[in-house]
Amino acid sequence: MKTENRQVDEITGTETTGHEWDGITELDTPMPRWWLIVFYVTIIWSIGYWFYYPTWPTFSGEGERGGTVGSAEWTQYKQLEDQQAEIMAVRAQYQQQFESASFSDVQSDETLYAYAIAGGKSAFGDNCATCHGTGGAGAPGYPNLNDDDWLWGGSVDDIYQTLRYGIRSNHPETRFAEMPAFGEMLSTDEVSSIAAYLVEEDASNVSVGATLYEENCAVCHGDTGMGGQDFGAPNLRDAIWFYGGSKAEIELQIKKPKHGVMPAWEDRLSESTLRQLTIYVHSLGGGQ
Amino acid sequence: MNTLNEKPIYNDEIVKLFTIATVFWGIVGFAVGLFIALQMAFPSLNIGEYLTFGRLRPLHTSAVIFAFGGNALFATSYFSVQRTCRARLWGDGWAKFTFWGYQFFIVLAAIGYVTGITQAKEYAEPEWYADLWLTFVWVAYLIVFLMTLKDRREPHIYVGNWFFLAFIVTVAVLHLANNVSIPVSFLGAKSYPAWGGVQSAMIQWWYGHNAVGFFLTAGFLGIMYYFVPKRTGRPVYSYRLSILHFWSLIFIYIWAGPHHLHYTALPDWAQTLGATFSIMLWMPSWGGMINGMMTLSGAWHKLREDPVLRFMIISLAFYGMSTFEGPLMSIKTVNALSHYTDWTIGHVHSGALGWVAFISFGAIYHLVPVLWKRDGLYSMKLVNMHLWIATLGIVLYITAMWVSGIMQGLMWRSYDSMGFLEYSFVETVMAMHPFYVIRALGGSLFLIGALIMAYNLYRTVRGDKAPEATQVGETAHA
Repeated sequence: MKTENRQVDEITGTETTGHEWDGITELDTPMPRWWLIVFYVTIIWSIGYWFYYPTWPTFSGEGERGGTVGSAEWTQYKQLEDQQAEIMAVRAQYQQQFESASFSDVQSDETLYAYAIAGGKSAFGDNCATCHGTGGAGAPGYPNLNDDDWLWGGSVDDIYQTLRYGIRSNHPETRFAEMPAFGEMLSTDEVSSIAAYLVEEDASNVSVGATLYEENCAVCHGDTGMGGQDFGAPNLRDAIWFYGGSKAEIELQIKKPKHGVMPAWEDRLSESTLRQLTIYVHSLGGGQ
Repeated sequence: MNTLNEKPIYNDEIVKLFTIATVFWGIVGFAVGLFIALQMAFPSLNIGEYLTFGRLRPLHTSAVIFAFGGNALFATSYFSVQRTCRARLWGDGWAKFTFWGYQFFIVLAAIGYVTGITQAKEYAEPEWYADLWLTFVWVAYLIVFLMTLKDRREPHIYVGNWFFLAFIVTVAVLHLANNVSIPVSFLGAKSYPAWGGVQSAMIQWWYGHNAVGFFLTAGFLGIMYYFVPKRTGRPVYSYRLSILHFWSLIFIYIWAGPHHLHYTALPDWAQTLGATFSIMLWMPSWGGMINGMMTLSGAWHKLREDPVLRFMIISLAFYGMSTFEGPLMSIKTVNALSHYTDWTIGHVHSGALGWVAFISFGAIYHLVPVLWKRDGLYSMKLVNMHLWIATLGIVLYITAMWVSGIMQGLMWRSYDSMGFLEYSFVETVMAMHPFYVIRALGGSLFLIGALIMAYNLYRTVRGDKAPEATQVGETAHA
């Protein structure tokens, strides 16, 4: 480095480099020692990391998808497998017993029941909560699973069947029911009087509605309107209305009914998970 | 080479334009950022097709990185290259083209984002036609900068200009390589990238990481190397350190991209390489911080007097913190927790708000009185107010994201005693809600600070002076 123009900075006692740009000069301070040492340490650490983990591409591609293998013989796939195996080992303490136990066995065994609830809760959060809500409280068009108003039955066997095959799903064993569009068969007045009868409106057309109900609706929903779980007909005598309980909403549902779909989970979840989910949903409040 | 001591007439008109654009786009970018932060906390704010989070998010990132950051880089590089070369900026017309061309690119890209035109590559969302246009503008920038260096009347090229040049050249290379694509039709916006699959991902993150490395780090170090010694009136701490940290930074940064693709389809060996180069990057990054902070040695008292200098020093502190955090997050075991969580967002913002924006604010506060030939800023009190409001905003922002990110990472991997996942995804989202609100609060403080700055600068340009006792810190740089 050229030495002309070098000056000693008064404050630090360090020489400048002798260059100047727009009044800016530079000190010729030596590299901070600690900076150099830490820099070297990171390089050495990195070299160690290279030997430990797969690092360099190789032509022979000895490691998984090319690259050196590394002394740890680590791959991200192996790490995943190891961690999964760890979890499976925890579950294994209960899993075999759970598989051979019937629903009633599980319900009468404290440990197995806790196991089913834990597994069911976990599966529920990632598969069911999207529609039914994290707590199973449902949403308009998606049933609340906390009450005892079951469309297709609330026993463990009923729930299991619904979960496995779905409702109006594409599974051949699916539960299926369809309410006809009465808007095509009845006049607007007639629909209105049925709705009036259902909401127990104090009006003159209620008796007409009652008759029309008997002729058109009772076959599925029952003479008293209590519904029928064998064919998924909702109870019309409780305060729970799937698609809204105002008279206008009920009229709409009579004229052109909406039909929700519950997917069949058989092909997506394991048998154990389905059974855990069954126990969990059954436990939510309304299990029968 | 002419080494006479006379000074040419500098082209400061172009610097004025870029400075105004910096403040304007900064406020736009921060405001959009605040809005999308509120959308995260209150999803019902996703109004209509054009204002959904998915479309506004690239608008925010591009506005702050390329519009605010880019204009700040243009302004400061054009300002300092003339002075450190003692040469007028080469090519008035070319420089003017870079200004209007760059603003046109920003508008072109922004219109694309809100109307759903995107390459879906992070930080490289603009489609082929906008990319092509930017290429012309960028080449013009390179030519203007290089020709000014060629015309210099100083024997040596100043370190700040090494950083600016490295930034301009590397960003050009990154932009070209990552945006190779084939338009579907001549008049249509849609194109398909030439690279596919994991190669495409690798090139994208080679680009993405070095956009951080060269746009937001090297370029802004160029700002630091001019404005910090200028403001302190002290020599740069160590010439030797500047050489070594420059070359090590440039060499090592370019390899670190794969750490964005930990635990993906990218081969394990490439992931490891990315992690180790990130670790080795720690000290080269800190070289810039040391050189900036130690330039104050012998002038520490100026920190008490000059809030503009305080902006610069706090920015270096944030720079140091986030360049330590980055290497840490690139280690496989740490990344397994941090990846895909808000920790990353917090990390980015400690760099973006703390480092990039603060060093820019410092430079702008220094620039405006010089450019408009005023005695000093309208009000130093307002600068100080901006400093503390914005600092509080950053602290709220990054701590909220640390807590929310680490919490979500831990919730994702938490198993109960029977071997089942403890939390569903949506439960983690609900748990993050309060932190999203705090983040939005931090963002609004940052925006308020920027509005105070805009007001202060406006009054400065008008030639007003606030009735304050004495204008401190105004003598060092006059």
